[in-house]
Amino acid sequence: VTIAPPRTQRTRTLAPHRLRSAITADPGWGVFVALFLTIAIGGIIVALKGGNLFTQSGTVSLLHVATALGLVAVGQSLVILGGSLDLSVAYLVSLSTLIAAETMAGSNTNILPAILLVVAVSAGIGLVNGLLVTKARINAFIATLGVGLLLKGYLENGYDGPAGTTAPALVQSLGYQRVGPVPVAFLLLLVVAALAWFVVRRSRYGHHLIAVGGDADVARLSGVRNDRVLVLTHVLCSLCCGVAGIYLASRLGAGAPRVGTESFYDLESIAAVVLGGTALAGGRGGITGTIGGVLFLATIDSIFNQLAVDTFFKQVVRGVIIIAAVAIYAYQLRNRRARRGPMA
Amino acid sequence: MSTIVDGPQTSGTAPAGGPADRRPRFTVPGFGGVAPIAGILLLLFAVIAFKQPDFFAPASFLSFLGRAAPIIILAIGQYFVIVSGEFDLSVGSLVTAQVVVAARLIDSQPERTWPVLLLLLLFGLAIGAINGLVTTILQVPSFITTLGMYLILVGAVYLWSEGSPKGELSETFRMFGNAGFEEVPVLGRVPYALLVVLVVTALTFVITRSDFGRTLVAVGDNPRTAALNGVRVWRTKTIAFVLSGVAAAIAAVLLGGYGGVSFQAGAGLEFTAITAVVLGGVVLGGGRGSVFGAMLGALVLETLFTAMNIYGVSGALKSAVQGLIILAAVAIAARRHR
Repeated sequence: VTIAPPRTQRTRTLAPHRLRSAITADPGWGVFVALFLTIAIGGIIVALKGGNLFTQSGTVSLLHVATALGLVAVGQSLVILGGSLDLSVAYLVSLSTLIAAETMAGSNTNILPAILLVVAVSAGIGLVNGLLVTKARINAFIATLGVGLLLKGYLENGYDGPAGTTAPALVQSLGYQRVGPVPVAFLLLLVVAALAWFVVRRSRYGHHLIAVGGDADVARLSGVRNDRVLVLTHVLCSLCCGVAGIYLASRLGAGAPRVGTESFYDLESIAAVVLGGTALAGGRGGITGTIGGVLFLATIDSIFNQLAVDTFFKQVVRGVIIIAAVAIYAYQLRNRRARRGPMA
Repeated sequence: MSTIVDGPQTSGTAPAGGPADRRPRFTVPGFGGVAPIAGILLLLFAVIAFKQPDFFAPASFLSFLGRAAPIIILAIGQYFVIVSGEFDLSVGSLVTAQVVVAARLIDSQPERTWPVLLLLLLFGLAIGAINGLVTTILQVPSFITTLGMYLILVGAVYLWSEGSPKGELSETFRMFGNAGFEEVPVLGRVPYALLVVLVVTALTFVITRSDFGRTLVAVGDNPRTAALNGVRVWRTKTIAFVLSGVAAAIAAVLLGGYGGVSFQAGAGLEFTAITAVVLGGVVLGGGRGSVFGAMLGALVLETLFTAMNIYGVSGALKSAVQGLIILAAVAIAARRHR
C-alpha cells in the first residue's frame, strides 16, 4: 500500500517547530496508527488462540471486503469534504451490479457497452443528487435519502433475486485475478483513491471543494461557483458507486439487487470517512484517511471472523469504535484550537 | 427571550395575509409555517375520500389516527433534537430494542407489565442522555453519535436475545397499542393510542412554550449566541436527546402492542421520523420550525402509506412513491424559503 505523506489541510507554509504538530494534527494520521496497532494486537491474539491472521486467504478476503467499501467510501469522502452527504450509495451500488450483469448477459463482447451504461446511469443519478442539493436547495440528507427511496422502489419492484450474468472475462480478471495476495480489484481501488487524492490535493477543483465544504458563503464570495463544484462532486461520488457495482458484479458473477443495502454501504462508507478523520461538516480531511478507515474496518472484521466472535458483538464494538474515534478527533481539534487561539 | 419562528408560509396562503413583506414576525411558538404541509395533508385526504369515503367515518378515522400515533410521537421527539441543531438516528433501533427487551422481561406475566413500562422509560431516558452527553461533552457530531448508538443497540439486542426474540408481551402491555374504549357515543371506538398521543401532544406544547422550548430553538439557531446569553448549551441539547429517547420508549410501547415483537419493530423509523419533521417545515440544522408542523408531517406520511394501501400501490413501489413525494414537498418548501 502506497501511502501519501500526511499533509495539513490547507496549503500553509510550515515553520519547522510546527511541523510535528502539523503531522500529528492531520486527521488522517491517527487511523493508520490505530490500524497498525489493531493488526499487531489482533495478530497476537489470533496467534495465541492458535490461528493466523496473516494467511493468504485471510488477506485476500480482507482486501476484497476493503475494495467494495473503499470504492464507495472514496466517493463518499468527496461529497462529505464538500459539506454534503450521499445516502443513496447503497442502492446505486445494487443498481449498478444489475445494469452491468444484465447488459453483459454472460458475453464478453458486451463488457464495454455494459460499463458505459453503468457509467452513464450512475453519472445521471449523481447529477440528480447534485441538482436536488444545489438547485432545488434540498438538504443533502433528505435529497439523497429521497433518491435512495426511489431507487429502492425500482429495485424491489423489478427484482426478487440475482439477475443477469457477468461476462466471464470480467469475473476472471476483476473478480478473482490476484497479484500475490493482492487482488487486482484492490489495485483498482488504489488507482481510484490515488486519482481522488490527486484531484482533492492538487487540482483547482479540489481546492474549491475544500473551500465550499469549509464555508460555503466565503467560497461563493471568493468567486467559487459552489453549485458546479457540488454537482460535479455528487457525479464523481456516484461514479465511484458505479465502479463498485461493476466490481461486485464481477465478484458475484451476477447482478444483486440487495448487495448494497445488505452490506450497509451507506452507513459503513460514512463511518469509514469519519474514522479517517474527515469532518462530517465538510472542509477538513482527505482520501488517505478514508482508505485507512476502510482498511481498519476490514481488519476488525477479519480479526473477529478469525476469532469466531458473534456478529452482533462485532456490531457493538464497531459502534463504540466509531464514536470513540470521532471523540478523539474532536478532542485533538479542541486542543489544537486552544493552543492557537480562537481564530485557528 | 422571544422566539422568532420564521414562517413565510403563513402569509402566503392566509386569506387576509396582505403583501408578502408584511408577514407576522412573531408567531405563536409551535404553530409557525405549517400551511404547505397542511395543504398536502388535505390533498391526500381528498385523494383517499375519492376512493373510500367511509374512511372518514369517526371510528375508522380515529383508528387511523391511532395507527399514526407512534410516528407522531417519534416525530415530536425528533423535532426537539432537530430544532436544537442535531440528529437522532438511534430512535429506530431504540424502538426495536425496547420492544424486544419488554417481551423478554415480561415473558407473558401480566404482573410485570408496569415495572417493565417504567424500566422502558428509564431505558429511553438513559440512551437519550448518553447520546446527548457524547454529542455535547465529547463533541462528537450527533450524526455519528447516534449512528454508533444505532449499531450498538442493534448488536446488543441481537446478542442479548441470542438471535431471535424471546418471550411474549402481556395483554396489559399490548392494550396501549391495540385496544380502545369501545362503543363511545358518536365516535364509536376510541383507541388508547390516540389518548396517549393527545397527552404527549399536550405535554409537548407545554414544553415548547416554556423557557426551555424557546431556549432550545435559540440554541439550534445559533449556539454561540445562546451560550453568550448564558444558556448552558450542553444541558439544553442533552435534554432534547432525552426527550427523543423517552418519545421512542412511548412509541415502542404502542408499536409493541400494535405490531408485535420482532427485530424489525423499529426498522427505518429514524428516517421516517426525520422525514416527517422535515416535511413539517423544520429546518435540518436547527433553529427553525414548529412542533405542530412536525406532527403534521408525521400524519402526512401515515396518510400517504394509507392512501397507497387503498389504491393498491404494490409494496415494492411504495418507497419510490414516498421518495418522490418527499423530494417534491421539500423542494417546494425550499423554494418558499427563498
